[in-house]
Amino acid sequence: MAKIPVQFTLNGSEKAEFIDSGTTLLQALRDKIGDTSPKGGCHQGTCGACSVIIDGELRLSCLTLAETCNGATITTTSGLAEGGVLHPLQRAFLDTFATQCGFCTPGMIMAAKALLDHTPNPSRDEVVEALSGNICRCTGYEPIIQAVLTAARANSQNAA
Amino acid sequence: MAIRRGRGVAAINYPTGMNLGGDPTQALVHSTPTGNFMVTLSSVDLGQGMKQIMAQICAETIGVPTDRVVVDTADTDTGPHCMGTFASRGTHRAGNAVIQAAREARQVMLEVAAEELEVNASDLETDGQGNILVKGAPQKSISIFDVALSAHFKRGRSISGRGMFLIPRSYPEKETGAMKPSTCYAHACTVAEVEVDDETGEVTVLTVKNVFEIGRALNPKMVEQQLVGGSWMGISHALYETTEPYYPNRDHGGTDFNQYLMPGPGDLAETEIIVLERPSADGPYGAKGPGEMCANPQIPAVANAVFDAVGVRIDTLPITPERVLRALKAQAAN
Repeated sequence: MAKIPVQFTLNGSEKAEFIDSGTTLLQALRDKIGDTSPKGGCHQGTCGACSVIIDGELRLSCLTLAETCNGATITTTSGLAEGGVLHPLQRAFLDTFATQCGFCTPGMIMAAKALLDHTPNPSRDEVVEALSGNICRCTGYEPIIQAVLTAARANSQNAA
Repeated sequence: MAIRRGRGVAAINYPTGMNLGGDPTQALVHSTPTGNFMVTLSSVDLGQGMKQIMAQICAETIGVPTDRVVVDTADTDTGPHCMGTFASRGTHRAGNAVIQAAREARQVMLEVAAEELEVNASDLETDGQGNILVKGAPQKSISIFDVALSAHFKRGRSISGRGMFLIPRSYPEKETGAMKPSTCYAHACTVAEVEVDDETGEVTVLTVKNVFEIGRALNPKMVEQQLVGGSWMGISHALYETTEPYYPNRDHGGTDFNQYLMPGPGDLAETEIIVLERPSADGPYGAKGPGEMCANPQIPAVANAVFDAVGVRIDTLPITPERVLRALKAQAAN
């Protein structure tokens, strides 16, 4: 079958790949481009570990066909740190011990980023709502909720 | 029909490790030429933080900062033998092995330093910052960096040690059947408050207050993290999780995350954690195994709270709305 050309911007740099039709964005990112920060947990859209931000919106990369991403701007967790300085969400996840085995962490961070991009000062309920599509096995969620609230506070202090 | 409240309490003894034929873990420690220390293990870090704890234990024993220690748990084919990371045994068994190995390595390190400083090894101490000093005369000192260089390039010594921690197999006494299948008991107690809807059978855990006695908390933040997550998992076991809802019949078992239920971030009980530290006699720096225990006491506490709320004993997990309603129906029929 003929390969399909696809071009998009990933974490600020241009990517161009030839992919098989039906390739998910998750497969393209991990296996073609080598960005392994999105994780494949369930491959059916129930665990949230593969979450990425496409054109400003939170998306499940396991349910997104790569060929639909032509021209899109995609952000993954590996693109968050700038010049070796961690993103406030990454910092907060470390400081509040919000990660154990770490498999859900990139998806959690992208879900949280999508929330804070739209709602810089979320309530606890808004944080819970934003994380409700992501499964964690280790933490009991509370440290993750605290991490997102901590990052939001850090952001608003920096802005002030 | 009403929403009824109940409160339940449960306390547990939790053993560290197991004993089905001896319970060993071995460890090797060696220094690099520049005085960093390598811990080699086959014990696996599942995300609970074993590498961090083993680095702390090795660093404490040798007398160097934790960041001077690298822990390699890479390969069970090539590493020293470990029974595995299960039964809450990682910190206790591997930790004791690492202490043994690190002590032996420290002794060689002090012997090489003694030769360099022309003193007796027993007169030396470490400052925890990477230096070896003469007791009472700290101006006479040598860095561990220089000691390692000397050992490697001048004196032909290997700054290394072996750790072999074994809980021997325990056989039952013929007369009584008594045996010692495990060691080093940790303890916990949970009080759970629930609401039970006696029309739908739904149980909501409102609060869980947990007290854990875990020996010494070698890394208090990681212990707290383990206990908070474990408390959530205990509630999950009590009310949600099962692969075989009609055991042993596999029908209707969950096959994916859509069907295998767990509480999400919107279903959290208000959770309190209190840690009691009673250093254990045979634990590494007093530690016990808090790992699996952290998810245990919530289960009977929730079951007891359901009994307190609606007067039915659910003795099969998880405590699903169906089981609660069936029990209420049976209760009404009697």
